Amino acid sequence: MVTAPTSLEIQDEASARAGLLARFMRMSSGLRCSLPVLVLLGLGFIAPLIAIFAFSFAPPRTFNVFGTFSLANYATLFDPQNTVWMSFLWSVGFAFATAAILAAIAYPIAYGLNHVFGRWSSLVSILFVFPLFVSENVRLYGWVLFFIKSGVLDGTLKAMGGEGGPAVLYHSGTILGGMIYTYLPFMLFPMTLGLAMVPNDLVDAARDLGANRFQIWKEVELPLAMPGLLVGTLLTFVLGIGAVAEAKILGGQSIIVISHDIEIAFTYSQNWPLGSAMAVLVTIFVGTLTLLVLKRLDLDQLLGRR
Amino acid sequence: MESRTRPVDFLICIWTALVATLVYLPLICGALASLSKGRYFSFPVRAYTSDWWSRTFDSIEITMIVENSLIIAAIVTVASVLIAFFGALAFARYEWKGRSLFQRLVLLPIFFPQPVLGLALLLWFNALGIQTSWVTAIIAHLVWIVPVVTLVIAIQVYSFDPILEEAAYDLGCTRLQVLREVTLPLLWPGVWSGGLFAFLLSWSNFPLSLYTAGADSTIPKWLYSKMVAGYTPMVPALGTMSTLGAAAVMLLGAIVMFVLRQRRAT
Repeated sequence: MVTAPTSLEIQDEASARAGLLARFMRMSSGLRCSLPVLVLLGLGFIAPLIAIFAFSFAPPRTFNVFGTFSLANYATLFDPQNTVWMSFLWSVGFAFATAAILAAIAYPIAYGLNHVFGRWSSLVSILFVFPLFVSENVRLYGWVLFFIKSGVLDGTLKAMGGEGGPAVLYHSGTILGGMIYTYLPFMLFPMTLGLAMVPNDLVDAARDLGANRFQIWKEVELPLAMPGLLVGTLLTFVLGIGAVAEAKILGGQSIIVISHDIEIAFTYSQNWPLGSAMAVLVTIFVGTLTLLVLKRLDLDQLLGRR
Repeated sequence: MESRTRPVDFLICIWTALVATLVYLPLICGALASLSKGRYFSFPVRAYTSDWWSRTFDSIEITMIVENSLIIAAIVTVASVLIAFFGALAFARYEWKGRSLFQRLVLLPIFFPQPVLGLALLLWFNALGIQTSWVTAIIAHLVWIVPVVTLVIAIQVYSFDPILEEAAYDLGCTRLQVLREVTLPLLWPGVWSGGLFAFLLSWSNFPLSLYTAGADSTIPKWLYSKMVAGYTPMVPALGTMSTLGAAAVMLLGAIVMFVLRQRRAT
Protein backbone atom coordinates (compact mmCIF):
# COMPACT_ATOMS: atom_id res chain seq x y z
CA MET A 1 0.00 0.00 0.00
CA VAL A 2 2.85 2.30 0.81
CA THR A 3 4.56 1.76 -2.46
CA ALA A 4 1.47 2.15 -4.60
CA PRO A 5 1.31 5.98 -4.67
CA THR A 6 5.00 6.26 -5.33
CA SER A 7 4.92 3.94 -8.28
CA LEU A 8 1.92 5.87 -9.50
CA GLU A 9 3.85 9.09 -9.11
CA ILE A 10 6.75 7.61 -10.98
CA GLN A 11 4.39 6.55 -13.69
CA ASP A 12 2.94 10.04 -13.76
CA GLU A 13 6.32 11.59 -14.02
CA ALA A 14 7.34 9.14 -16.69
CA SER A 15 4.24 9.85 -18.71
CA ALA A 16 4.77 13.59 -18.30
CA ARG A 17 8.29 13.17 -19.57
CA ALA A 18 7.04 11.04 -22.42
CA GLY A 19 4.50 13.75 -23.18
CA LEU A 20 7.23 16.37 -23.35
CA LEU A 21 9.33 14.12 -25.52
CA ALA A 22 6.38 13.43 -27.77
CA ARG A 23 5.72 17.14 -28.07
CA PHE A 24 9.41 17.71 -28.86
CA MET A 25 9.30 15.04 -31.57
CA ARG A 26 6.12 16.51 -33.05
CA MET A 27 7.78 19.90 -33.57
CA SER A 28 8.98 20.79 -37.03
CA SER A 29 12.71 20.20 -37.50
CA GLY A 30 13.27 23.92 -37.81
CA LEU A 31 11.60 24.76 -34.53
CA ARG A 32 13.46 21.95 -32.77
CA CYS A 33 16.81 23.25 -34.03
CA SER A 34 15.95 26.82 -33.09
CA LEU A 35 15.15 25.94 -29.47
CA PRO A 36 18.64 26.44 -27.94
CA VAL A 37 18.96 29.85 -29.56
CA LEU A 38 15.41 30.77 -28.54
CA VAL A 39 16.08 29.85 -24.90
CA LEU A 40 19.35 31.80 -24.84
CA LEU A 41 17.91 34.93 -26.44
CA GLY A 42 14.72 34.67 -24.43
CA LEU A 43 16.57 34.63 -21.12
CA GLY A 44 19.56 36.76 -22.11
CA PHE A 45 18.10 39.32 -24.49
CA ILE A 46 14.30 39.60 -24.32
CA ALA A 47 14.03 39.17 -20.55
CA PRO A 48 16.57 41.92 -19.68
CA LEU A 49 14.76 44.28 -22.03
CA ILE A 50 11.47 43.49 -20.31
CA ALA A 51 13.21 44.04 -16.96
CA ILE A 52 14.44 47.53 -17.90
CA PHE A 53 10.98 48.29 -19.26
CA ALA A 54 9.43 47.30 -15.91
CA PHE A 55 12.04 49.23 -13.91
CA SER A 56 11.54 52.37 -15.98
CA PHE A 57 8.08 52.79 -14.41
CA ALA A 58 9.28 52.44 -10.83
CA PRO A 59 9.62 55.59 -8.71
CA PRO A 60 13.07 57.22 -9.10
CA ARG A 61 15.88 55.90 -6.89
CA THR A 62 13.91 52.89 -5.69
CA PHE A 63 14.08 49.20 -6.47
CA ASN A 64 10.33 48.86 -6.18
CA VAL A 65 9.15 47.44 -9.49
CA PHE A 66 5.81 45.98 -8.53
CA GLY A 67 2.94 47.86 -6.95
CA THR A 68 3.87 51.40 -7.85
CA PHE A 69 3.61 52.97 -11.26
CA SER A 70 5.37 56.21 -11.99
CA LEU A 71 6.13 58.25 -15.07
CA ALA A 72 8.59 60.42 -13.16
CA ASN A 73 11.61 58.92 -14.94
CA TYR A 74 10.26 59.73 -18.37
CA ALA A 75 9.40 63.24 -17.16
CA THR A 76 13.06 63.63 -16.13
CA LEU A 77 14.21 62.46 -19.56
CA PHE A 78 12.25 65.10 -21.40
CA ASP A 79 12.82 67.86 -18.86
CA PRO A 80 14.80 70.62 -20.62
CA GLN A 81 16.46 71.44 -17.29
CA ASN A 82 18.19 68.10 -17.50
CA THR A 83 21.18 67.09 -19.62
CA VAL A 84 19.86 63.68 -20.60
CA TRP A 85 18.30 64.83 -23.84
CA MET A 86 21.60 66.55 -24.70
CA SER A 87 23.42 63.24 -24.32
CA PHE A 88 20.86 61.59 -26.53
CA LEU A 89 21.23 64.28 -29.19
CA TRP A 90 25.03 63.97 -29.08
CA SER A 91 24.75 60.21 -29.56
CA VAL A 92 22.30 60.52 -32.46
CA GLY A 93 24.42 63.21 -34.09
CA PHE A 94 27.64 61.22 -33.75
CA ALA A 95 25.93 58.07 -35.04
CA PHE A 96 24.45 59.86 -38.03
CA ALA A 97 27.73 61.47 -39.00
CA THR A 98 29.59 58.17 -38.49
CA ALA A 99 27.25 56.26 -40.81
CA ALA A 100 27.30 58.96 -43.50
CA ILE A 101 31.08 59.42 -43.54
CA LEU A 102 31.74 55.69 -43.38
CA ALA A 103 29.52 55.12 -46.42
CA ALA A 104 31.80 57.43 -48.39
CA ILE A 105 35.01 55.93 -46.99
CA ALA A 106 34.03 52.30 -47.44
CA TYR A 107 32.41 52.45 -50.88
CA PRO A 108 35.63 52.56 -52.93
CA ILE A 109 37.14 49.76 -50.83
CA ALA A 110 34.01 47.60 -51.19
CA TYR A 111 34.06 48.23 -54.94
CA GLY A 112 37.74 47.34 -55.04
CA LEU A 113 37.14 44.09 -53.15
CA ASN A 114 34.60 43.08 -55.79
CA HIS A 115 36.22 44.33 -58.97
CA VAL A 116 39.80 45.57 -58.62
CA PHE A 117 41.85 43.51 -56.18
CA GLY A 118 41.19 40.15 -57.86
CA ARG A 119 43.05 37.37 -56.06
CA TRP A 120 44.31 39.82 -53.43
CA SER A 121 40.73 40.37 -52.29
CA SER A 122 40.76 37.78 -49.50
CA LEU A 123 44.01 39.18 -48.10
CA VAL A 124 42.58 42.72 -48.12
CA SER A 125 39.40 41.44 -46.43
CA ILE A 126 41.43 39.77 -43.68
CA LEU A 127 43.37 43.00 -43.19
CA PHE A 128 40.11 44.83 -42.52
CA VAL A 129 38.46 42.05 -40.46
CA PHE A 130 41.34 41.66 -38.05
CA PRO A 131 40.79 44.92 -36.10
CA LEU A 132 37.46 43.44 -34.95
CA PHE A 133 39.50 40.98 -32.91
CA VAL A 134 41.43 43.70 -31.08
CA SER A 135 39.35 45.32 -28.40
CA GLU A 136 38.31 48.86 -29.20
CA ASN A 137 39.95 50.37 -26.16
CA VAL A 138 43.38 49.07 -27.22
CA ARG A 139 42.93 50.56 -30.69
CA LEU A 140 41.58 53.86 -29.39
CA TYR A 141 44.38 54.11 -26.87
CA GLY A 142 46.80 53.81 -29.75
CA TRP A 143 45.29 57.02 -31.11
CA VAL A 144 45.76 58.67 -27.71
CA LEU A 145 49.45 57.76 -27.92
CA PHE A 146 49.51 59.20 -31.42
CA PHE A 147 47.88 62.53 -30.60
CA ILE A 148 49.01 63.08 -26.99
CA LYS A 149 51.52 65.79 -26.11
CA SER A 150 55.01 64.53 -27.00
CA GLY A 151 53.26 61.57 -28.66
CA VAL A 152 53.94 60.29 -32.18
CA LEU A 153 52.47 63.23 -34.11
CA ASP A 154 53.68 65.95 -31.76
CA GLY A 155 57.17 64.41 -31.51
CA THR A 156 57.50 63.98 -35.27
CA LEU A 157 56.51 67.56 -36.00
CA LYS A 158 58.89 68.88 -33.34
CA ALA A 159 61.73 66.72 -34.62
CA MET A 160 61.16 68.25 -38.04
CA GLY A 161 61.55 71.67 -36.46
CA GLY A 162 57.87 72.52 -36.37
CA GLU A 163 55.56 73.89 -33.75
CA GLY A 164 54.38 70.54 -32.47
CA GLY A 165 51.07 68.83 -33.04
CA PRO A 166 47.69 70.45 -32.52
CA ALA A 167 45.83 69.63 -29.30
CA VAL A 168 43.09 67.50 -30.82
CA LEU A 169 42.32 65.18 -27.92
CA TYR A 170 39.15 65.78 -25.92
CA HIS A 171 37.26 67.40 -28.81
CA SER A 172 34.02 66.26 -30.40
CA GLY A 173 35.70 65.87 -33.81
CA THR A 174 38.19 63.41 -32.35
CA ILE A 175 35.39 61.35 -30.81
CA LEU A 176 33.73 61.22 -34.22
CA GLY A 177 37.02 60.15 -35.78
CA GLY A 178 37.32 57.38 -33.21
CA MET A 179 33.83 56.15 -34.00
CA ILE A 180 34.49 56.16 -37.74
CA TYR A 181 37.65 54.22 -37.02
CA THR A 182 35.96 51.64 -34.76
CA TYR A 183 32.96 50.92 -36.95
CA LEU A 184 34.65 50.74 -40.38
CA PRO A 185 34.35 46.92 -40.68
CA PHE A 186 30.64 47.05 -39.87
CA MET A 187 30.09 49.25 -42.92
CA LEU A 188 32.63 47.65 -45.23
CA PHE A 189 31.49 44.03 -45.16
CA PRO A 190 27.73 44.42 -45.63
CA MET A 191 28.55 46.89 -48.40
CA THR A 192 30.87 44.39 -50.07
CA LEU A 193 28.15 41.72 -49.90
CA GLY A 194 25.70 44.22 -51.39
CA LEU A 195 27.96 45.18 -54.30
CA ALA A 196 28.55 41.50 -54.99
CA MET A 197 24.84 41.23 -55.76
CA VAL A 198 25.24 43.48 -58.83
CA PRO A 199 25.67 41.20 -61.88
CA ASN A 200 28.48 42.30 -64.19
CA ASP A 201 26.30 41.53 -67.22
CA LEU A 202 23.82 44.20 -66.22
CA VAL A 203 26.55 46.83 -65.93
CA ASP A 204 27.92 45.80 -69.33
CA ALA A 205 24.44 45.88 -70.85
CA ALA A 206 23.82 49.37 -69.48
CA ARG A 207 27.14 50.52 -70.92
CA ASP A 208 26.34 48.99 -74.32
CA LEU A 209 23.03 50.82 -74.29
CA GLY A 210 24.93 54.09 -73.90
CA ALA A 211 24.71 54.81 -70.19
CA ASN A 212 27.59 56.84 -68.81
CA ARG A 213 29.50 55.94 -65.64
CA PHE A 214 27.27 58.06 -63.39
CA GLN A 215 24.06 56.69 -64.90
CA ILE A 216 25.28 53.11 -64.44
CA TRP A 217 26.06 53.87 -60.82
CA LYS A 218 22.74 55.56 -60.14
CA GLU A 219 20.40 53.33 -62.14
CA VAL A 220 22.03 49.89 -61.88
CA GLU A 221 24.69 49.57 -59.16
CA LEU A 222 23.07 51.56 -56.40
CA PRO A 223 19.58 50.00 -56.50
CA LEU A 224 20.88 46.44 -56.81
CA ALA A 225 23.45 46.90 -54.03
CA MET A 226 20.94 48.66 -51.81
CA PRO A 227 20.27 45.79 -49.34
CA GLY A 228 23.95 45.66 -48.43
CA LEU A 229 24.29 49.44 -48.22
CA LEU A 230 21.19 49.58 -46.05
CA VAL A 231 22.48 46.94 -43.64
CA GLY A 232 25.86 48.67 -43.38
CA THR A 233 24.35 52.08 -42.74
CA LEU A 234 21.85 50.73 -40.21
CA LEU A 235 24.51 48.71 -38.39
CA THR A 236 26.96 51.59 -38.04
CA PHE A 237 24.20 54.00 -37.04
CA VAL A 238 22.71 51.70 -34.43
CA LEU A 239 26.07 50.74 -32.93
CA GLY A 240 27.05 54.40 -32.98
CA ILE A 241 24.04 55.31 -30.84
CA GLY A 242 25.39 53.12 -28.04
CA ALA A 243 29.08 53.93 -28.51
CA VAL A 244 30.75 55.01 -25.29
CA ALA A 245 34.42 53.97 -25.35
CA GLU A 246 35.30 56.66 -27.93
CA ALA A 247 33.85 59.48 -25.83
CA LYS A 248 35.52 58.15 -22.70
CA ILE A 249 38.98 57.44 -24.08
CA LEU A 250 39.41 60.02 -26.84
CA GLY A 251 36.95 62.55 -25.46
CA GLY A 252 38.26 62.45 -21.92
CA GLN A 253 34.64 62.54 -20.71
CA SER A 254 34.26 66.11 -22.01
CA ILE A 255 31.10 64.97 -23.76
CA ILE A 256 28.66 62.62 -22.05
CA VAL A 257 26.93 60.29 -24.51
CA ILE A 258 23.73 58.42 -23.72
CA SER A 259 25.34 55.07 -22.82
CA HIS A 260 27.59 56.91 -20.40
CA ASP A 261 24.54 58.49 -18.76
CA ILE A 262 22.91 55.06 -18.42
CA GLU A 263 26.10 53.70 -16.89
CA ILE A 264 26.23 56.53 -14.36
CA ALA A 265 22.60 55.92 -13.39
CA PHE A 266 23.15 52.17 -12.98
CA THR A 267 26.41 52.42 -11.04
CA TYR A 268 27.43 55.63 -9.25
CA SER A 269 24.07 57.20 -8.62
CA GLN A 270 22.22 53.87 -8.10
CA ASN A 271 19.16 55.24 -9.88
CA TRP A 272 18.03 52.12 -11.73
CA PRO A 273 14.62 53.45 -12.77
CA LEU A 274 16.09 56.52 -14.49
CA GLY A 275 18.81 54.44 -16.15
CA SER A 276 16.16 51.98 -17.29
CA ALA A 277 14.04 54.75 -18.79
CA MET A 278 17.05 55.95 -20.81
CA ALA A 279 17.84 52.40 -21.90
CA VAL A 280 14.20 51.91 -22.92
CA LEU A 281 14.39 55.08 -25.02
CA VAL A 282 17.51 53.79 -26.81
CA THR A 283 15.97 50.32 -27.23
CA ILE A 284 12.77 51.66 -28.76
CA PHE A 285 14.68 53.98 -31.09
CA VAL A 286 17.12 51.31 -32.21
CA GLY A 287 14.56 48.48 -32.29
CA THR A 288 12.02 50.36 -34.39
CA LEU A 289 14.65 51.38 -36.89
CA THR A 290 16.11 47.89 -37.13
CA LEU A 291 12.77 46.15 -37.52
CA LEU A 292 11.65 48.65 -40.18
CA VAL A 293 14.77 48.03 -42.24
CA LEU A 294 14.86 44.26 -41.71
CA LYS A 295 11.27 43.99 -42.87
CA ARG A 296 12.32 45.28 -46.29
CA LEU A 297 15.21 42.86 -46.68
CA ASP A 298 15.29 39.38 -48.09
CA LEU A 299 17.88 37.86 -45.79
CA ASP A 300 18.03 34.59 -47.71
CA GLN A 301 19.03 36.48 -50.82
CA LEU A 302 21.58 38.73 -49.12
CA LEU A 303 23.34 35.92 -47.27
CA GLY A 304 22.76 32.98 -49.56
CA ARG A 305 22.62 34.44 -53.04
CA ARG A 306 20.54 31.57 -54.36
CA MET B 1 36.60 43.47 -67.74
CA GLU B 2 39.08 42.72 -64.98
CA SER B 3 42.09 42.82 -67.28
CA ARG B 4 42.25 46.48 -68.25
CA THR B 5 43.51 48.84 -65.59
CA ARG B 6 41.73 52.16 -65.40
CA PRO B 7 43.05 55.22 -63.58
CA VAL B 8 40.09 54.83 -61.22
CA ASP B 9 41.34 51.39 -60.18
CA PHE B 10 44.67 52.93 -59.31
CA LEU B 11 42.97 55.54 -57.13
CA ILE B 12 40.97 52.81 -55.40
CA CYS B 13 44.17 50.93 -54.57
CA ILE B 14 45.78 54.09 -53.16
CA TRP B 15 42.69 54.86 -51.08
CA THR B 16 42.51 51.31 -49.71
CA ALA B 17 46.21 51.37 -48.80
CA LEU B 18 45.75 54.71 -47.05
CA VAL B 19 42.77 53.53 -45.01
CA ALA B 20 44.53 50.26 -44.12
CA THR B 21 47.55 52.25 -42.92
CA LEU B 22 45.33 54.38 -40.69
CA VAL B 23 43.67 51.22 -39.37
CA TYR B 24 47.00 49.80 -38.22
CA LEU B 25 48.68 53.05 -37.17
CA PRO B 26 47.38 53.03 -33.56
CA LEU B 27 48.44 49.42 -33.09
CA ILE B 28 51.96 50.40 -34.12
CA CYS B 29 51.88 53.37 -31.71
CA GLY B 30 50.96 50.95 -28.92
CA ALA B 31 53.79 48.60 -29.81
CA LEU B 32 56.25 51.53 -29.80
CA ALA B 33 55.05 52.71 -26.40
CA SER B 34 55.43 49.22 -24.94
CA LEU B 35 59.05 49.04 -26.10
CA SER B 36 60.23 52.47 -25.01
CA LYS B 37 62.22 52.82 -21.86
CA GLY B 38 60.66 55.70 -19.94
CA ARG B 39 57.69 55.46 -17.59
CA TYR B 40 55.85 57.95 -19.81
CA PHE B 41 55.75 57.68 -23.55
CA SER B 42 57.54 60.27 -25.63
CA PHE B 43 58.30 60.18 -29.32
CA PRO B 44 60.83 59.84 -30.98
CA VAL B 45 61.73 56.92 -28.74
CA ARG B 46 65.16 57.53 -27.21
CA ALA B 47 65.91 54.08 -25.85
CA TYR B 48 64.26 50.74 -26.48
CA THR B 49 63.82 48.06 -23.86
CA SER B 50 61.97 44.79 -23.50
CA ASP B 51 61.66 45.37 -19.75
CA TRP B 52 57.95 46.13 -19.80
CA TRP B 53 57.27 43.01 -21.80
CA SER B 54 59.12 40.75 -19.37
CA ARG B 55 57.51 42.49 -16.40
CA THR B 56 54.11 41.90 -17.97
CA PHE B 57 54.99 38.23 -18.46
CA ASP B 58 56.10 37.89 -14.84
CA SER B 59 53.13 39.65 -13.26
CA ILE B 60 50.94 37.25 -11.28
CA GLU B 61 47.95 39.58 -11.56
CA ILE B 62 48.19 39.66 -15.35
CA THR B 63 48.62 35.88 -15.54
CA MET B 64 45.32 35.52 -13.69
CA ILE B 65 43.59 37.98 -16.00
CA VAL B 66 44.89 36.20 -19.09
CA GLU B 67 43.62 32.92 -17.64
CA ASN B 68 40.20 34.48 -17.09
CA SER B 69 40.08 35.71 -20.67
CA LEU B 70 41.16 32.31 -22.01
CA ILE B 71 38.65 30.34 -19.94
CA ILE B 72 35.80 32.66 -20.89
CA ALA B 73 36.73 32.58 -24.58
CA ALA B 74 37.10 28.78 -24.58
CA ILE B 75 33.72 28.14 -22.95
CA VAL B 76 32.04 30.75 -25.16
CA THR B 77 33.55 29.09 -28.25
CA VAL B 78 32.30 25.59 -27.43
CA ALA B 79 28.87 26.69 -26.24
CA SER B 80 28.23 29.12 -29.07
CA VAL B 81 29.27 26.66 -31.79
CA LEU B 82 26.94 24.00 -30.33
CA ILE B 83 23.99 26.36 -30.04
CA ALA B 84 24.64 28.20 -33.29
CA PHE B 85 25.07 25.00 -35.33
CA PHE B 86 21.44 24.07 -34.76
CA GLY B 87 20.44 27.72 -34.94
CA ALA B 88 21.99 27.95 -38.41
CA LEU B 89 20.06 24.88 -39.56
CA ALA B 90 16.85 26.54 -38.37
CA PHE B 91 17.99 29.80 -39.99
CA ALA B 92 18.88 28.52 -43.44
CA ARG B 93 18.17 24.82 -43.91
CA TYR B 94 14.60 24.09 -42.89
CA GLU B 95 11.44 25.69 -44.19
CA TRP B 96 9.26 26.16 -41.14
CA LYS B 97 6.48 28.41 -39.96
CA GLY B 98 8.43 30.72 -37.68
CA ARG B 99 11.55 30.94 -39.81
CA SER B 100 11.39 34.54 -40.94
CA LEU B 101 10.53 35.66 -37.40
CA PHE B 102 13.44 33.58 -36.07
CA GLN B 103 15.84 35.16 -38.60
CA ARG B 104 14.90 38.62 -37.41
CA LEU B 105 15.19 37.66 -33.75
CA VAL B 106 18.70 36.31 -34.35
CA LEU B 107 19.76 39.57 -35.99
CA LEU B 108 18.40 41.84 -33.25
CA PRO B 109 21.24 41.37 -30.71
CA ILE B 110 23.77 42.17 -33.46
CA PHE B 111 21.89 45.37 -34.26
CA PHE B 112 21.93 46.44 -30.65
CA PRO B 113 24.54 48.63 -28.95
CA GLN B 114 26.66 46.40 -26.75
CA PRO B 115 27.14 48.84 -23.86
CA VAL B 116 23.37 49.16 -23.53
CA LEU B 117 23.00 45.36 -23.72
CA GLY B 118 25.67 44.95 -21.06
CA LEU B 119 23.97 47.45 -18.76
CA ALA B 120 20.54 45.86 -19.29
CA LEU B 121 22.05 42.47 -18.42
CA LEU B 122 23.71 43.99 -15.33
CA LEU B 123 20.32 45.16 -14.11
CA TRP B 124 18.73 41.82 -15.00
CA PHE B 125 21.34 39.80 -13.09
CA ASN B 126 21.02 42.14 -10.13
CA ALA B 127 17.23 41.91 -10.19
CA LEU B 128 17.49 38.11 -10.17
CA GLY B 129 19.93 38.28 -7.26
CA ILE B 130 22.76 36.74 -9.28
CA GLN B 131 26.23 37.94 -8.28
CA THR B 132 28.01 39.09 -11.45
CA SER B 133 31.27 37.26 -12.15
CA TRP B 134 33.07 35.62 -15.06
CA VAL B 135 30.13 33.20 -15.32
CA THR B 136 27.64 35.97 -16.04
CA ALA B 137 30.17 37.47 -18.46
CA ILE B 138 30.04 34.19 -20.41
CA ILE B 139 26.27 34.47 -20.68
CA ALA B 140 26.55 38.08 -21.83
CA HIS B 141 29.15 37.14 -24.45
CA LEU B 142 26.90 34.32 -25.68
CA VAL B 143 23.93 36.64 -26.19
CA TRP B 144 25.97 38.61 -28.70
CA ILE B 145 28.30 35.94 -30.12
CA VAL B 146 25.76 33.14 -30.74
CA PRO B 147 23.88 35.29 -33.30
CA VAL B 148 27.14 36.18 -35.06
CA VAL B 149 28.24 32.53 -35.21
CA THR B 150 24.75 31.51 -36.36
CA LEU B 151 25.11 33.86 -39.33
CA VAL B 152 28.62 32.62 -40.14
CA ILE B 153 27.48 28.97 -40.15
CA ALA B 154 24.21 29.86 -41.93
CA ILE B 155 26.17 31.22 -44.89
CA GLN B 156 27.73 27.76 -45.22
CA VAL B 157 24.34 26.09 -44.81
CA TYR B 158 22.94 28.08 -47.74
CA SER B 159 25.45 26.46 -50.07
CA PHE B 160 24.53 22.98 -48.86
CA ASP B 161 22.20 20.74 -50.80
CA PRO B 162 19.57 19.10 -48.52
CA ILE B 163 19.10 16.37 -51.15
CA LEU B 164 22.34 14.79 -49.87
CA GLU B 165 20.80 14.34 -46.43
CA GLU B 166 17.66 12.84 -47.91
CA ALA B 167 19.69 10.44 -50.01
CA ALA B 168 21.47 9.24 -46.87
CA TYR B 169 18.13 8.65 -45.15
CA ASP B 170 16.90 6.71 -48.18
CA LEU B 171 20.00 4.56 -47.98
CA GLY B 172 18.98 3.62 -44.44
CA CYS B 173 21.07 5.94 -42.27
CA THR B 174 19.80 6.90 -38.83
CA ARG B 175 19.42 10.53 -37.84
CA LEU B 176 22.72 10.44 -35.93
CA GLN B 177 24.56 8.81 -38.81
CA VAL B 178 23.31 11.44 -41.22
CA LEU B 179 24.49 14.18 -38.88
CA ARG B 180 27.91 12.59 -38.43
CA GLU B 181 28.55 11.34 -41.95
CA VAL B 182 26.84 13.94 -44.15
CA THR B 183 25.77 17.17 -42.47
CA LEU B 184 28.81 17.84 -40.29
CA PRO B 185 31.51 17.07 -42.89
CA LEU B 186 29.78 19.34 -45.40
CA LEU B 187 29.31 22.18 -42.93
CA TRP B 188 32.60 22.02 -41.06
CA PRO B 189 34.26 25.00 -42.82
CA GLY B 190 31.41 27.17 -41.53
CA VAL B 191 31.60 25.57 -38.10
CA TRP B 192 35.37 26.08 -37.97
CA SER B 193 35.24 29.74 -38.96
CA GLY B 194 32.29 30.24 -36.61
CA GLY B 195 34.41 28.85 -33.78
CA LEU B 196 37.30 31.15 -34.71
CA PHE B 197 34.97 34.16 -34.70
CA ALA B 198 33.53 33.13 -31.34
CA PHE B 199 36.94 32.79 -29.71
CA LEU B 200 38.37 36.02 -31.09
CA LEU B 201 35.27 38.12 -30.45
CA SER B 202 35.06 36.90 -26.86
CA TRP B 203 38.81 37.40 -26.36
CA SER B 204 38.60 41.04 -27.47
CA ASN B 205 35.19 41.94 -26.07
CA PHE B 206 35.24 45.02 -23.89
CA PRO B 207 31.75 46.52 -23.31
CA LEU B 208 30.01 43.31 -22.23
CA SER B 209 32.86 42.23 -19.95
CA LEU B 210 33.07 45.70 -18.43
CA TYR B 211 29.51 45.63 -17.12
CA THR B 212 28.79 41.95 -16.54
CA ALA B 213 32.02 40.43 -15.19
CA GLY B 214 31.60 41.89 -11.70
CA ALA B 215 34.80 41.78 -9.69
CA ASP B 216 36.49 39.46 -12.19
CA SER B 217 38.63 41.06 -14.85
CA THR B 218 39.44 40.20 -18.45
CA ILE B 219 42.30 41.61 -20.52
CA PRO B 220 40.28 44.43 -22.17
CA LYS B 221 38.65 45.34 -18.87
CA TRP B 222 41.94 45.46 -16.97
CA LEU B 223 43.53 47.56 -19.73
CA TYR B 224 40.68 50.03 -19.58
CA SER B 225 40.94 50.46 -15.81
CA LYS B 226 44.65 51.22 -16.18
CA MET B 227 44.07 53.61 -19.09
CA VAL B 228 41.71 55.64 -16.96
CA ALA B 229 43.96 55.68 -13.92
CA GLY B 230 47.47 54.37 -13.46
CA TYR B 231 49.12 54.16 -16.88
CA THR B 232 52.30 52.15 -17.08
CA PRO B 233 53.96 50.87 -20.28
CA MET B 234 52.60 47.47 -19.25
CA VAL B 235 49.26 48.69 -20.66
CA PRO B 236 50.43 48.94 -24.29
CA ALA B 237 52.61 45.86 -23.69
CA LEU B 238 49.65 43.68 -22.70
CA GLY B 239 47.53 45.30 -25.43
CA THR B 240 50.15 44.45 -28.06
CA MET B 241 50.52 40.91 -26.70
CA SER B 242 46.79 40.27 -26.86
CA THR B 243 46.73 41.67 -30.41
CA LEU B 244 49.56 39.36 -31.44
CA GLY B 245 47.80 36.47 -29.73
CA ALA B 246 44.64 37.16 -31.73
CA ALA B 247 46.70 37.38 -34.94
CA ALA B 248 48.36 34.04 -34.16
CA VAL B 249 45.00 32.34 -33.50
CA MET B 250 43.57 33.75 -36.72
CA LEU B 251 46.60 32.68 -38.74
CA LEU B 252 46.59 29.20 -37.23
CA GLY B 253 42.87 28.88 -37.91
CA ALA B 254 43.33 29.94 -41.53
CA ILE B 255 46.21 27.48 -42.02
CA VAL B 256 44.23 24.55 -40.57
CA MET B 257 41.31 25.46 -42.79
CA PHE B 258 43.53 25.68 -45.86
CA VAL B 259 45.32 22.37 -45.20
CA LEU B 260 42.11 20.47 -44.52
CA ARG B 261 40.50 21.91 -47.63
CA GLN B 262 43.50 20.86 -49.75
CA ARG B 263 43.37 17.38 -48.28
CA ARG B 264 39.67 17.09 -49.05
CA ALA B 265 40.16 18.30 -52.58
CA THR B 266 42.70 15.59 -53.42
